[in-house]
Amino acid sequence: MTAPSQQKLKVHGPVVVTGNRLSDGAVVYRGAIGWTARLSEASVVSNAQAAKDLLVLASKDDAAVGAYVAPVEINNGQIEPGNLRERIRLAGPTFDLPASFGI
Amino acid sequence: MPLVKNGAVVEDRFTRVLDDAAIVDDVPVIMPAARLLADVGDLAGRRGATGVLWPNDRDISQLAPHLDRLALVALDFPNFRDGRAYSQARILRERYNYRGELRATGQVLRDQFLLLHRAGFDSFEVSKPADASAFAETIARYSVVYQPADAGTPAALRRRNASSKAGARVHLREHDA
Amino acid sequence: MYVYDDFDRTLVDERVNEFRDQVARRLSGELTEDEFKPLRLMNGVYLQLHAYMLRVAIPYGTLSSEQLRTLAHIARRYDRDYGHFTTRQNLQFNWIKLSDLPDVMADLAKAGLHGMQTSGNCVRNVTTDQWGGVAPDEIEDPRIWAEILRQHSTMHPEFTYLPRKFKIAITAAAHDRAAVRVHDIGLRLHKNGAGESGFEVVVGGGLGRTPFVGKTIKPFLPKRDLLSYVEAILRVYNQYGRRDNIYKARIKILVHEMGAEKFGAEVDAEWQNIKDGALAIDLAFIADIASRFRYPKYENLANEPPALTQVRSRNSRFDTWFRNSVTPHKQRGYAIVTLSLKPEGAPPGDATSEQMDAIASLADRYSFSEIRVAHEQNLVLPHVAQRDLPVLWEQLEKIGVATPNVGLVSDIIACPGLDYCSLANTRSIPVAQELTRRFKNLGTQRELGRLHINISGCINACGHHHVGHIGILGVEKNGQEFFQITLGGRADEKAELGCLLGPAVPYAEVADVIEDVVAAYVELRDQPNELFVDTVKRIGVEPFKERVYAAR
Repeated sequence: MTAPSQQKLKVHGPVVVTGNRLSDGAVVYRGAIGWTARLSEASVVSNAQAAKDLLVLASKDDAAVGAYVAPVEINNGQIEPGNLRERIRLAGPTFDLPASFGI
Repeated sequence: MPLVKNGAVVEDRFTRVLDDAAIVDDVPVIMPAARLLADVGDLAGRRGATGVLWPNDRDISQLAPHLDRLALVALDFPNFRDGRAYSQARILRERYNYRGELRATGQVLRDQFLLLHRAGFDSFEVSKPADASAFAETIARYSVVYQPADAGTPAALRRRNASSKAGARVHLREHDA
Repeated sequence: MYVYDDFDRTLVDERVNEFRDQVARRLSGELTEDEFKPLRLMNGVYLQLHAYMLRVAIPYGTLSSEQLRTLAHIARRYDRDYGHFTTRQNLQFNWIKLSDLPDVMADLAKAGLHGMQTSGNCVRNVTTDQWGGVAPDEIEDPRIWAEILRQHSTMHPEFTYLPRKFKIAITAAAHDRAAVRVHDIGLRLHKNGAGESGFEVVVGGGLGRTPFVGKTIKPFLPKRDLLSYVEAILRVYNQYGRRDNIYKARIKILVHEMGAEKFGAEVDAEWQNIKDGALAIDLAFIADIASRFRYPKYENLANEPPALTQVRSRNSRFDTWFRNSVTPHKQRGYAIVTLSLKPEGAPPGDATSEQMDAIASLADRYSFSEIRVAHEQNLVLPHVAQRDLPVLWEQLEKIGVATPNVGLVSDIIACPGLDYCSLANTRSIPVAQELTRRFKNLGTQRELGRLHINISGCINACGHHHVGHIGILGVEKNGQEFFQITLGGRADEKAELGCLLGPAVPYAEVADVIEDVVAAYVELRDQPNELFVDTVKRIGVEPFKERVYAAR
């Protein structure tokens, strides 16, 4: 859960490259043909060189900002976030948003 | 790198010289701070204008005794987020009454023009050509300011106080008028 | 209220135009992210985990009902129907689109609102006592000085690219509700032996990675010299503050490394050059700024009217709320009412647009259209006639902001944490939510007395954990959320940093540990009215540690 900018690029297991879309800040992942909002379409790599290559390519595409490498898990062929931070980025805050409290 | 002066892109008449390069007597030069301080006696009789590039981590008061011999002081922004030279500029203008050319050099971007101008800079080595041509428009973006900065700009808080009935706006000094 | 004139409005409108141009240049690729980031930050725009976040400045925590309605409108139209009030008296929207932001700023500007000075390495929104202008114990309204500093620091040509952010807080009361000793500059307005009022100037306080309680470098600064002296401090800091390491760039590190005495001497030397210049403040200038503040036309009312006392005696729930959330006012017959944004199970400091609209209407009817934001992340109606309290209470109950827990254990300060924030190591809101459930019994809460729990999800300390009576700091250990607990911190005039209780505990155990700490306090206090923080002061953390960790 260390901020990505402070991470050294150590890759143990499958990773993706993620960032936030420039226009609205939405969470996006680097896929085969650009950024995608779906984790299922993300390119998964599992060694440092491949991750670095993907990151460099992604960082050149200004449609998203703050690109970094994030861990994922592959469960039954599904790509899932690899830590709490990434689970929250994908699914939102871990509690109900205030509007649902209602009046 | 385009030079903006008096609100327009102009040719730079100054040449930068390094620590050990020969100085041609009648050519306007900008020399490093250390060389200026070391050779200050030899510079008295020069025919060309003399300028200095002063680093942003060196005490600007060391320059004070030599200001009357200088046609230009260039202050450095190693990156645009390093704001030390804003203080140096104001001290030169307001404390030492330096009236020669005060040049911003380094990473000088459009969105800093107004602050630079208000801190007392009157020439700008602009990093991007598109920014240079937008200078006049950018500098005119604000018609009001709050602070009494830059000896040439009236004290905004006080100015408004003095003539609040007129809903006084403090107009920025016309650039270098 | 400070009332904007043409001058102030023009500046905000011009700022909107500038920002619209900057966003357009960013979206077109003309500006890189590195170039754009400081520009958006200067307008309060962050990029968080899920989206952009906009922090709107609420100078010295004072809002008009029209402004609060505007915030509700922004939440409804551009965000997800709620906003989050922060520990610096600002408001954050968590789900804003960059492409919408120029329009958001334009809508805010119509109500005199903006995001200036809510981020970036400039002088931030100046904070003060949320009861400024109405507190019985103040010597004068500190907001006038906050406004003078706001104007002086807005788009300052010299101090917009400081080494790091710069926070100023002011108090004018005997009891410091503005935490001035943990700010970059803390100002305490007080009277000297001759009866003149002036400022004690404290520098180099702050929380974060390296917390310090600030040091006094000027016990008494005449009012005329406030701006020149602050300018001298900023100038010394701008030149000598460290820029090589972001964690050492705050003024507190400079003051610490130089020593307060030497730092003070540098400031004095600089100040001598400028103190009699354009920044010297005269009485006419103070009067001009003060004249832009509108004060209510209070009625001539008696204290404790029958309309109040009768309801108090027959309705114990109302009486409980009254004793907890209503505070004496300067003006006879009036009261200050705190609205708790900490109901059981809710994220601290959040308000929905419906609540904001409703509070704005209640402010129109009962508080001269004025609202305050408290740094404890609650709201305040600052001018309520005592006779109106029962009917106001009923209305507040309906919208869920009358929980009588102000200042009690469930009135928790928490940063947004890992649920929103890209800097966070751990969550903090769910910890706060769980604690409010554990301590939901109001009788127990009252019996515990004043007890502040502050939670930060990382070392940056937005939740002010160092100065919580109980501080909770989230840290990461091997990818898991752990929490360090400190005891005995406080942010008031006796400011102190908390002491570490013991090893960090995992997420699942935090609430248990806090319950044990509180149980230990009940056992250890020497009498029922000894406050938690006083018990810790008297006996230290060891007895707590023994009890809490014995079973673990």
